[in-house]
Amino acid sequence: MTASPGPSATVSLTFVPDPAYVRTVRLVAAAAARRAGVSDDLLDEVRLATGEACARAVALHRRLGVDDMIAVAMTGGTRFTICVTDRGPADDAEREPGEDTGDILAQVAAESGRLAMDEEVLSAGVGLALLQGVVSDLAVGASSDGQGTEIRMSWPVQRRPRGPA
Amino acid sequence: MELSLATRSVSDHVVLEIGGEIDVYTAPRLRERLIEMVNDGAKQVVVDLGRVEFLDSTGLGVLVGAHRRLRASDGSLTLVCPQERLRKVFRITGLDSVFDIHDSVEQATSGGSPQAARAGA
Repeated sequence: MTASPGPSATVSLTFVPDPAYVRTVRLVAAAAARRAGVSDDLLDEVRLATGEACARAVALHRRLGVDDMIAVAMTGGTRFTICVTDRGPADDAEREPGEDTGDILAQVAAESGRLAMDEEVLSAGVGLALLQGVVSDLAVGASSDGQGTEIRMSWPVQRRPRGPA
Repeated sequence: MELSLATRSVSDHVVLEIGGEIDVYTAPRLRERLIEMVNDGAKQVVVDLGRVEFLDSTGLGVLVGAHRRLRASDGSLTLVCPQERLRKVFRITGLDSVFDIHDSVEQATSGGSPQAARAGA
């Protein structure tokens, strides 16, 4: 049972919640963004944000013991959109991105060398900070079927998309 | 590219040179190596990110963890990060104020940076 990527998705894929596949998704995302006409300057951001969104989904599935596939849909057009959908509980989606980020980063700064924080919790907070930092257009909400959380992010398309060879 | 890890000694520092991509998949290997180094008695650790092509939040979490463990054992963790691309990741997350970051291994091992002096005060 995977999320519908929507009729207009240019590239859609699903992957098992295994960290080994996050790199594959990053590579596909960067290639699809480039093909869609996203400026080369922004490809690092696409790569980083896609990695963070997928890593977050993988961590969530593993923490909850959910084996379902994680869905990634990429859509070209006037903006290039990537949507990462997990199968975690939807109540997780009610948290706006970054709600905890400020606190976590403040704690990092304050405690510096004597951090008592779990690395995983820290990484999650840092991941959200990265998403917010590199994606100006970021939305987190319940997936359309209400069975998970969807992270939607988009980047401007600055030149004509590359057509088929 | 897969993760590569190599250690060498420079004066009283242990330098861990990392190559490739540090992400949710490879970060556990980096964590293990850093824990090993601390358990083996390394105190002044320099992590050289000069050949790192990608760094995500999992990797940052591992570096913060190592920083914490070294501080607890009266050691220090210094980063070498000449690439603007990666520096940006530290800036966005505010972690540039947590780590002592240098442009080269020479700079990192010569010590005496204002930031290091402050942290030691």
